Amino acid sequence: MLDDAFERARAEKRLAFIPYVMAGDPDVETTEAILLALSDAGADVIELGVPYSDPLADGPTIAAAGQRALRSATDLRGVLALAWRCRERCAPIVLFTYYNPVYQFGVERFAREAAAAGVAGAIVPDVALDESAELRAALQAQGLTMPLLVAPSTPRERAARIVDAATGFVYVVSRLGVTGTGHAPDFAPLRVQLASLRELTNKPLAVGFGLSRPQDVRDVGTLADGVVVGSALIDAYAGARGQEAGTRVRDFVAPLIAALPAS
Amino acid sequence: MSGPDSRGYFGDFGGRFVPEVLIAALDELEQAMTAAFADPAFWAEYHAVLRDFVGRPSPIYRCERYAAEVSPVPLVMKREDTNHTGAHKINNTVGQALLARRMGKRRLLAETGAGQHGVATATVGAKFGLTVDVYMGARDIERQALNVEVMRLFGAQVHAVTSGTQTLKDATNEAFRVWAGRVEDTFYVIGSVVGAHPYPFMVRELQKVIGVEARRQTLERYGRLPSDVIACVGGGSNAMGIFSGFVDDREVKLWGVEAGGKGVDGDEHAASLRAGSIGVLHGSRSYLLQSPEGQVRETHSISAGLDYPGVGPEHAFFRESGRARYVDITDAQAVEAFHGFARCEGILPALESAHAIAFARELAAQRGADGLILVNLSGRGDKDIGRC
Repeated sequence: MLDDAFERARAEKRLAFIPYVMAGDPDVETTEAILLALSDAGADVIELGVPYSDPLADGPTIAAAGQRALRSATDLRGVLALAWRCRERCAPIVLFTYYNPVYQFGVERFAREAAAAGVAGAIVPDVALDESAELRAALQAQGLTMPLLVAPSTPRERAARIVDAATGFVYVVSRLGVTGTGHAPDFAPLRVQLASLRELTNKPLAVGFGLSRPQDVRDVGTLADGVVVGSALIDAYAGARGQEAGTRVRDFVAPLIAALPAS
Repeated sequence: MSGPDSRGYFGDFGGRFVPEVLIAALDELEQAMTAAFADPAFWAEYHAVLRDFVGRPSPIYRCERYAAEVSPVPLVMKREDTNHTGAHKINNTVGQALLARRMGKRRLLAETGAGQHGVATATVGAKFGLTVDVYMGARDIERQALNVEVMRLFGAQVHAVTSGTQTLKDATNEAFRVWAGRVEDTFYVIGSVVGAHPYPFMVRELQKVIGVEARRQTLERYGRLPSDVIACVGGGSNAMGIFSGFVDDREVKLWGVEAGGKGVDGDEHAASLRAGSIGVLHGSRSYLLQSPEGQVRETHSISAGLDYPGVGPEHAFFRESGRARYVDITDAQAVEAFHGFARCEGILPALESAHAIAFARELAAQRGADGLILVNLSGRGDKDIGRC
């Protein structure tokens, strides 16, 4: 599924657009409307956040979205049900979930039910390469991908092992810190990092963290294969529900998609 | 006593569950720690600072009156309350500050709940000339105004954390996030035997001085080892510190006392080992208080220092192996011990330590005349005046 998505973007000579949305913020009906709006607007892959009480890799926007989702009693089972309902009308979904909800659900069961729900894979930000073997094997056994993250602080030798183990795509963290719109990345070192990773792998490289404006998307440049936009998108629909949220999201992403660098 | 395996596991517990951005920093820390711990010069400086600045060794003291009416068994306190800044926390921050200096990091970052670890970090920041940023839940800042003022007097910046429950759990989340943005110049001083590898091991080694001293002192004074060693457990650093001195003495029973709050049968407590289940929080696999869906629960304890949903992974390992046993004491029992101990002994224990003291009284009543009970009096109770 993900290979096809990146292939399509490549055929259209542009980067893939990968929005992030928090499931259940503020309720799953709204998330459903947003998923469909994003797909209609041209999202290539969608990261669907699973709410968690203690999201270490996330800044205030996504952390607060998770709290709202938890208040509407969204859990992993509900997120999988949502993915299943949308599966035929929606861009490929990659879950973005912290490890503890998966661990409590059961790693094998998670992989099995995620596959049954039609999702393409899972990003688990607090499971770095060293702790990833069990989860990767379980997902792989169900035909699911597990993209891994590479950070600016990752040494090259380690990056080589990460890109080797990652499946679906490599998630390139654009800068130090957590998710959020507070500060945009410094694009010159990012492009150096992308060039270095390009030497190590042919897998798609998707850049995320701190990208919020069309200019940021343009500045990523053509060494990457995709861009992830999360917190800014959540800000765009915060406070709205249902179709209204879908409309706001559509208006927000149009200029971002228009700004995608031509590859 | 052994360390964790190369991946930071004590049995099934520990590990390193953090975002990729922090992995290189943890690797760098582990290398620097390994080199420092193998260097006699590091330990010489550490012990010199503990002697001259902290006031170690801390004494042991046999209670004269407390619990005398229930048992003749000697009840001996390891007096961590006599340390500079009033608790065991300073042992750890001295060690981590020395390590930060060796690594060339000029900025310290710390989380704090009750403020004791924040004060201990601010103290070493002032002493060693390092910049200190402390993250503290907004609710805790209100509850612990005195400690906030002390941190500021020592030149630390205290940042209010307004996310989530606004207590220690969220302060720890925020400290990890801030560290992720400043890994290059910042040393994260974790205050307990929690977090990702190598923190649980490193903090244990820096608190081990409590147990090493207490073992020697007990042998010198009484000519024998204690029958039982008791300590309160939140994250578990004072307990792991004193347990470390005795863990290889198989005949010495080790007891960890968790915060039973309003009772472990309900939801308002912080007894992770007694009433929790296995999960992952703040970088390691251990016991924690969580919902069936894996959301970390709000906790309750009258003592802010025990009010934490997780516990150090080595305690989880001790629970599984049976090397230590874990019990709980309620808020009401702790408050009774706080007052009773103050009136009988002229020592005001921290509410955290009062949990251990309350359990010691129960245990004393069950021990024969050959018993000898050692309690870690981990901190003094000035901070709790007027709160219970």
